[in-house]
Amino acid sequence: MSATLTPASRRRWPSGIQLLDSTLSGWTALVMLFLYLPILVLVAYSFNRSRLNIVWSGFTADWYRRVWENGPLLRAAQNSLVVAGVSTLLSVLLGTVGAWLLHRYRFRGARGLQTLVAVPMVMPEILMGISLLILFATVGMGLGFSAVIIGHVTFSFPFVLVAVQARLKGLDPAMEEAAQDLGATPLQAFWLVIVPCLRPAIVAGALMAFTLSWDELIVTFFTTNAASATLPIRVFGMAKVGLNPMLNALSAIFILATIAFVFFSDYVKKLGR
Amino acid sequence: MSPAAKAGAALPGLIDRRTPRWRAWLLLLPMVTWLVLFVVAPTAILLVYSFCERDEVGRVLFTFTLDNYRRVFDPVYLWIFARSIYYAGLTTVICIVAGYPVAYCIGRAREEWRQRLLLLVMVPFWTSFLIRTYAWITILKQEGLLNGFLRLFSPGTAGLDLLYTPTAVVIGLVYAYLPFMILPIYGSVEKLDGALIEAAYDLGAGPLRVFSSVIIPLTLPGVAAGTLLVFVPAVGMFAITDLMGGARVPLIGNVIQNQFMQARDWPFGAALGAVFMGLFAATYWVMLRLGAQEEDSVA
Repeated sequence: MSATLTPASRRRWPSGIQLLDSTLSGWTALVMLFLYLPILVLVAYSFNRSRLNIVWSGFTADWYRRVWENGPLLRAAQNSLVVAGVSTLLSVLLGTVGAWLLHRYRFRGARGLQTLVAVPMVMPEILMGISLLILFATVGMGLGFSAVIIGHVTFSFPFVLVAVQARLKGLDPAMEEAAQDLGATPLQAFWLVIVPCLRPAIVAGALMAFTLSWDELIVTFFTTNAASATLPIRVFGMAKVGLNPMLNALSAIFILATIAFVFFSDYVKKLGR
Repeated sequence: MSPAAKAGAALPGLIDRRTPRWRAWLLLLPMVTWLVLFVVAPTAILLVYSFCERDEVGRVLFTFTLDNYRRVFDPVYLWIFARSIYYAGLTTVICIVAGYPVAYCIGRAREEWRQRLLLLVMVPFWTSFLIRTYAWITILKQEGLLNGFLRLFSPGTAGLDLLYTPTAVVIGLVYAYLPFMILPIYGSVEKLDGALIEAAYDLGAGPLRVFSSVIIPLTLPGVAAGTLLVFVPAVGMFAITDLMGGARVPLIGNVIQNQFMQARDWPFGAALGAVFMGLFAATYWVMLRLGAQEEDSVA
């Protein structure tokens, strides 16, 4: 914290600051340890030959092979990919167009609409889950892929919308004007000028939508059926039963994918600057 | 704001935000329809259901009754509500106490360190909470790692029976939600003007005074946002409490889930949900006011 200070002003600071600084760093290190130790242990023990976690009885990659050969798990992963893929696509469409229209036009009810968009982002997932379940039951629509995807799009697209809106605020409005002055139709101006400018925000929003959908358990729990069970649903079921080294292996894969994702999205963010 | 945007603001006629014509309305239609169909309508139907009755086989009868709400306010369920709020509140407080110093440390760190530390928080933030909860099951279980290590040092001990206790539930909740507290507080700390802190010291304030009268008020919006991200989901969470508490520590999320999936008393579940929704709206309103007030007083 003293990095921004000149030496002169630092001398006037109480000497306790130095102590406070190292206490803060120490605490941060401890919290990081708390955040990472369980994950690291999980990954380490995914290579343990023993079924029980306690004893280390030798290295094996066998649990990974078993995950790979587990039909229901692969099926669930496939379902997760389909659900996350389709709902990301729909979220990007709804979110980008919605952000553009809310940004571009003034109309009555725009503020109300903006507030309504924020509701699914903050609403507790269990409430969204049960109200969607009741809706589908009332209109007689069966649970399954469509129900799950509808749920996922509902909580994902506002995140795309907000990301795109933030980018639109920094956009030069003269660009669209110039495009139209040069003979582009409004749709051409949007597609050929605005969308390319928004690409970093759209990519960031899409990544967000995909991860939210890929990890989601609660809303899915209330809207899925056996055939459309996603990976989190399966993992939840397995974790309820107890320890299973296969889950360790699966978790390790997930964690690795998450690390890759975090670095990738960091890279995308830097591109956007 | 770009220069052109400023010029636009000065000459409102030049770059206007038009009223949409029919084509734009048509484009807006999908989003509006989506929100009405899948946000407004389900909430309305939930409220309707909460005033309905059900027959013996669990079918919903559309006859008006207040019985569901009478049951919600039965001491048994009020107690479960209170316990859920207590656990979520405890989780929130622990997350603030543990997370605030971390967010502060990251926010005031040198640029290259800040980026690295931030990435370190992002990984658990994005890792599925299910996996992170499972990690703790492997640690806390009777034949888990913690007891394994304990027996290593003193063979023959029975070990701790932590899994399926309230302690385990709170550990699980804190572990799941801590990154959601650190990130918004970090956002506030990063915006903190170092000159204000320096000025406070120059004017003779001690570190405690600076912390309580300058740093805390300026970072309160971040704490409020973090509290929303932690407290509200923690109240209704049923998956973590299921996994870490077994059936022994039912919270309101577990009861609601049970009404819909096992007991098949949807109207009662809807009434519980409606009360939870009221609670959520109230928390949200309070936190929003708290965050907005501080931002006003700064501006």
